[in-house]
Amino acid sequence: MVETPSLIQIKGIRDGLLITMDGASWPELVNAFIKNIDERSSFFQGARVVLDVGLNELRVAELSSLRDQLSEHGITLWAILSESPLTETTAQNLGLATRISKPQPIDYKDISESLAEDAAKWVKGPLRSGGHVSFEGNVVVMGDVNPGAEIVAGGSVIVWGRLRGVVHAGAYGNEKAVVCALELIPTQLRIAGEIAVSPKKQGKSQPEVACLKDGQLVAEPWQKMTGR
Amino acid sequence: MVAQVVTIASGKGGVGKTTSVANIAVALASRSNKVTCIDGDIGLRNLDVVLGLENRIVYDLVDVIEGRCRLHQAMIRDKRLPDLYLIPAAQTRDKTAISPSDMVRLCDELRQDVDWIIIDSPAGIERGFKNAIAAADRVLVMTNPEVSAVRDADRVIGLLDAEEKGPAALIINRLDPAMVKRGDMLSVEDVLDLLAIELVGVIPEDENIIVASNRGQPLALDGKSRAGQAFQNIARRLLGEQVPFMDLEQQSLFQRLLGRK
Repeated sequence: MVETPSLIQIKGIRDGLLITMDGASWPELVNAFIKNIDERSSFFQGARVVLDVGLNELRVAELSSLRDQLSEHGITLWAILSESPLTETTAQNLGLATRISKPQPIDYKDISESLAEDAAKWVKGPLRSGGHVSFEGNVVVMGDVNPGAEIVAGGSVIVWGRLRGVVHAGAYGNEKAVVCALELIPTQLRIAGEIAVSPKKQGKSQPEVACLKDGQLVAEPWQKMTGR
Repeated sequence: MVAQVVTIASGKGGVGKTTSVANIAVALASRSNKVTCIDGDIGLRNLDVVLGLENRIVYDLVDVIEGRCRLHQAMIRDKRLPDLYLIPAAQTRDKTAISPSDMVRLCDELRQDVDWIIIDSPAGIERGFKNAIAAADRVLVMTNPEVSAVRDADRVIGLLDAEEKGPAALIINRLDPAMVKRGDMLSVEDVLDLLAIELVGVIPEDENIIVASNRGQPLALDGKSRAGQAFQNIARRLLGEQVPFMDLEQQSLFQRLLGRK
């Protein structure tokens, strides 16, 4: 029999309780945690907790079932800290935070040096309303970006589909960033510090590229770009 | 019998979830399927009114979950269709009275006894919505041909994907073919173009729906109503039949000539 207290460590932090769960299989950890809660239910009542799950790889079913169990005990799970990218993605999909401190101000120089120019995040679409992608490099979306979705990229954004949401390319000041889409009709488009809304379009749509020219946001047909 | 659990959700309120749950349940039950509908809108219950069963409520969903009665005691049998049951919501409580795992347990218990469980989700994307989709095998997302409703439907579809409850299917409600023709309303194609999911039904605007809901007599029982017909078609599609979509435009012209909407 494993000593349960050693699996679960509880620490008070500014934003609630930080629970560190490590050193056993996931079901064992969950059992130990729930047992812990049952023993001290008044202490946990109404708590906001952050779980540090270490290297555990968790899928939606596991995480959402734990979230539901916790909510039955009157506990709000609001963030997951993990070293596993899979778990982080899962947590983000469920709308949970994956970091607890305010993000550090970003040093632009650092990013441009550390990130190869061709680094890109691949996003399988469609990106629906409420969806959010943010990445220091380029972003490629395979599918539509619907109104209400948001992309923030340090580099350029390529949408293989219709772009109807909000996009910010060159978010850290890169004025050479471009945005291209098979159909470019964003709610709002930003490149570096410039903001524009797309004009009402008539006629047949075509692939377009938006970029900054002399401080102005302009969109041009893709064909014209390649013909140059 | 192992029931299929179908939840109807929309995000936005007032698009016709409750009316559709009532009508689809009636349509399924009229095809001799054993159906139980569950009102998930705790605190703002309506499904009992639309089904005309309000005065027969003794126990509700929360009573079952909190163990004050057995499951079958809370199941109200419909007065017209012997195969249709309703588990009403509690009116004096709120969404936090039950949890997603309560719903899963309840539906698992119910699954053995019926063919279909139809759950009416409340508007919103919070606890009530999460409760309503927890047990669902299939979620039907409902929208009106309006930009705001479609936007909310898009968000709900995204959430369903994230909860691994997808792929959702779509019902478009209150479509007015004449307005679409004038270019004043989003068409079915416009909505599908954005949401890009499977369509299971298009229900035409029909003022008889309001009359029927007020009387507690779902339209799907009325063979002549176009909206009732559309609900019957959705039920048939759920049962696996291939049913072509109605030609709403021609019909509306024809009906206008007859002076009937």
